[in-house]
Amino acid sequence: MDNSYLSVMSRKNQIMQKSVGINYDQYESDYLNFDYEAMLSEGNFTIEEIRKIQNDFGVGNTPLKECKNIAALARKVSKPGYGARIFIKDEALNDSGSFKARRASISCYQAKKLGFKGVIAATSGNYGAAVASQAAKHGLKCIIVQECYDSFGIGQPEIIEKARACEAYGAEVVQLSVGPELFYKFLLLLEETGYFNASLYTPYGIMGIESLGQEIIEDCKIKTGKLPDMVVCTNAGGGNLTGTARGIIKSTDKKIEIVGSSVNLYGLHMADDNDFNKKSFTTGHTGFGLPFIINPDRSDVPRSAARALRYIDRYVTVNQGEVFFITEALSVLEGIERGPAGNTSLAAAFCLAQELKEDQIIIVQETEYTSAGKHHQAQLSFARENGICIYFGDPSDEIPGKSIVFPKSVDLIKAKDLDLVSIRKKYLQNQFSKTKVLSNKDLIFLAEETNTDINFVTEEAKKYDIKVEDAK
Amino acid sequence: MIKKNSWVQIKKVILKPEERAHNLPEATKKVPLLMWVKGYLLEDANIKDIVTVKTVTGRFESGELIEVNPAYLHTYGKFIPEIQLVDKMVKSALFGDDYNG
Repeated sequence: MDNSYLSVMSRKNQIMQKSVGINYDQYESDYLNFDYEAMLSEGNFTIEEIRKIQNDFGVGNTPLKECKNIAALARKVSKPGYGARIFIKDEALNDSGSFKARRASISCYQAKKLGFKGVIAATSGNYGAAVASQAAKHGLKCIIVQECYDSFGIGQPEIIEKARACEAYGAEVVQLSVGPELFYKFLLLLEETGYFNASLYTPYGIMGIESLGQEIIEDCKIKTGKLPDMVVCTNAGGGNLTGTARGIIKSTDKKIEIVGSSVNLYGLHMADDNDFNKKSFTTGHTGFGLPFIINPDRSDVPRSAARALRYIDRYVTVNQGEVFFITEALSVLEGIERGPAGNTSLAAAFCLAQELKEDQIIIVQETEYTSAGKHHQAQLSFARENGICIYFGDPSDEIPGKSIVFPKSVDLIKAKDLDLVSIRKKYLQNQFSKTKVLSNKDLIFLAEETNTDINFVTEEAKKYDIKVEDAK
Repeated sequence: MIKKNSWVQIKKVILKPEERAHNLPEATKKVPLLMWVKGYLLEDANIKDIVTVKTVTGRFESGELIEVNPAYLHTYGKFIPEIQLVDKMVKSALFGDDYNG
C-alpha cells in the first residue's frame, strides 16, 4: 500500500469510518445540514447509563468545593455587595486526574462493546492518560499519539509528563515533532492496527461530559440550596463546554450563563517549530479555542460532536500570568494544589465573580492533576530557560512567547470578552465557503449552530450572495 | 553493546521536509517530521544503529537507537522566586501584614 502523505490523506474517510464504527453520512442532508441530536444519540446511551458506566470505572461523582478564601480575595477588589461565591468541581480526583476520564470512559466502553482489540487517540493533553487508564480497565490495547518535541528534540515538560502518565497506565506512546501531519501518522496507525479511534470529538467523547453538567446542578443544590448563576468552562476543542452545557440543560430549566475561557496565546502559531516551546500552556488556549469554535469540523472525525457555539453565552480570555497566579492562590489559600491549564476557568471566574452579587454562585467546572512537568513551577522555569521574561505588572501587557506578566495587584486580573457576534459571523463565513445555496433546513441548522435566529443567518447569507431556496 | 530484548527508545524521520504538508510555517517546513517510539530491541545493537523494536502493543517500528532504559527525568524546574511573592501578596491581602514578612 502507498503510505506517502498524500495517499494516506486521500484514504482518510474510509479509515475514519472503519475506526469509529459510525456512519456519519446518515446524518447529512441538504447542503450543510446534519442532524446533530441524532448523532448525539449514537449508541443509545441515556445519561443514567453513562453515569452508571462511569461509576463502575472510577469516573465521576467528584466533589464540588467552595473556594471561600479566593472569593474573599475577589471581594477585596469588588464593589460593596459584589463578589459571588466560587465553587470548583474537583475533577482532578477522577482516575487519571482530569475530567477527560469522562470522555474516555464512554469511548473505551463502546470500543470494547463493538469488539475492537485496542484504542488510539491523538492527543498531547490529559486525554491521553484518560484513554490509557480506561483502556487498562477494559483490557484494551492503547496507543497515544502526541505532538511532544520541537525539531531539536526539546520536549514541552507538560507533554513529557503526560507521556509518562500514559506509559504508567500501560499505553504505547508515539511521540512526534511539531506539525499537523500528526494526523498522517494517526491514520497510518489506525489502518495498521484496526483499533478504535477514541477521538475527543465523537459523540461518545461528548456525551461522557454530560454527567459533569448534571452533577454540577445536583451538587450545587445540595451544597447551597440553589442553582448556579454562571458556569465557567476552560475552552479548547469545545467538547468540555458542549458536554457540560448539554448536561446542565438536561438537568434544569433555569437559564444558567455558560462562559468559555481560554488562555490568550495570540500571535503564537500552533504549527510553528520555533513557537512550540514558547507557550506555557499546551491546551485550554486560544490557539485551539478560536479555530475550533469557528470550524468545529476541523477535528479528527468527519463531524465533530463538540460544537461550543451552540451553547456558549460569553467567551473570555485570560493571560498566562493570571492563570499561574490563580493556580498558586488556589494552592496557598485553599490548600488545593492543581495543574495550571485546568485553572484557566478559575482565573476567569475570579474576575467574573466581581460582576455578580455576593449571594450569587459561579461554578468552575474542572481541575486537573499536577506533578513534575505539569506544575506551574515547571512551566515557569521552562519559560525562563526559553528566554521568556517573567515579571509583575499589568497582565494586559503580556506578549505570548515573549513575556509572562503576573498581576502586581489582584484587581488587575481581568477576563477579557471576545466578540461572540463576530465569532458567529466567522463561523457562518466558513460554512458559506462550502455552498452557494441554502435550504430552509440549512437555515435552521445554522441558526442552531450559532445560537442565533434565521434572520441573523439570512442577513449574513446575503453578504456572501448565498441563495436561499424557496420554502417547500 | 545493547542486548536483545532491552527496553529502548528509537527515533525516526517519518516525513522529509519535501514530503511534508504544504501549508506549514517556514520554521516547520524546513525540518523533517520526527517520531520517537519505545519498545523491546529485536537484536543486539549499538547506540546510533538502525534497529527494529517491538512496542508494548506488539507493533514493530524501525529507527535509530538513541537510548536504553529511557528514563523520566522531567522535574519541577528551577525555583521561581516570583511564586513566593504571589503567596505573600494574596495572604497579606486576606490575613494581614503578618504574612508580608
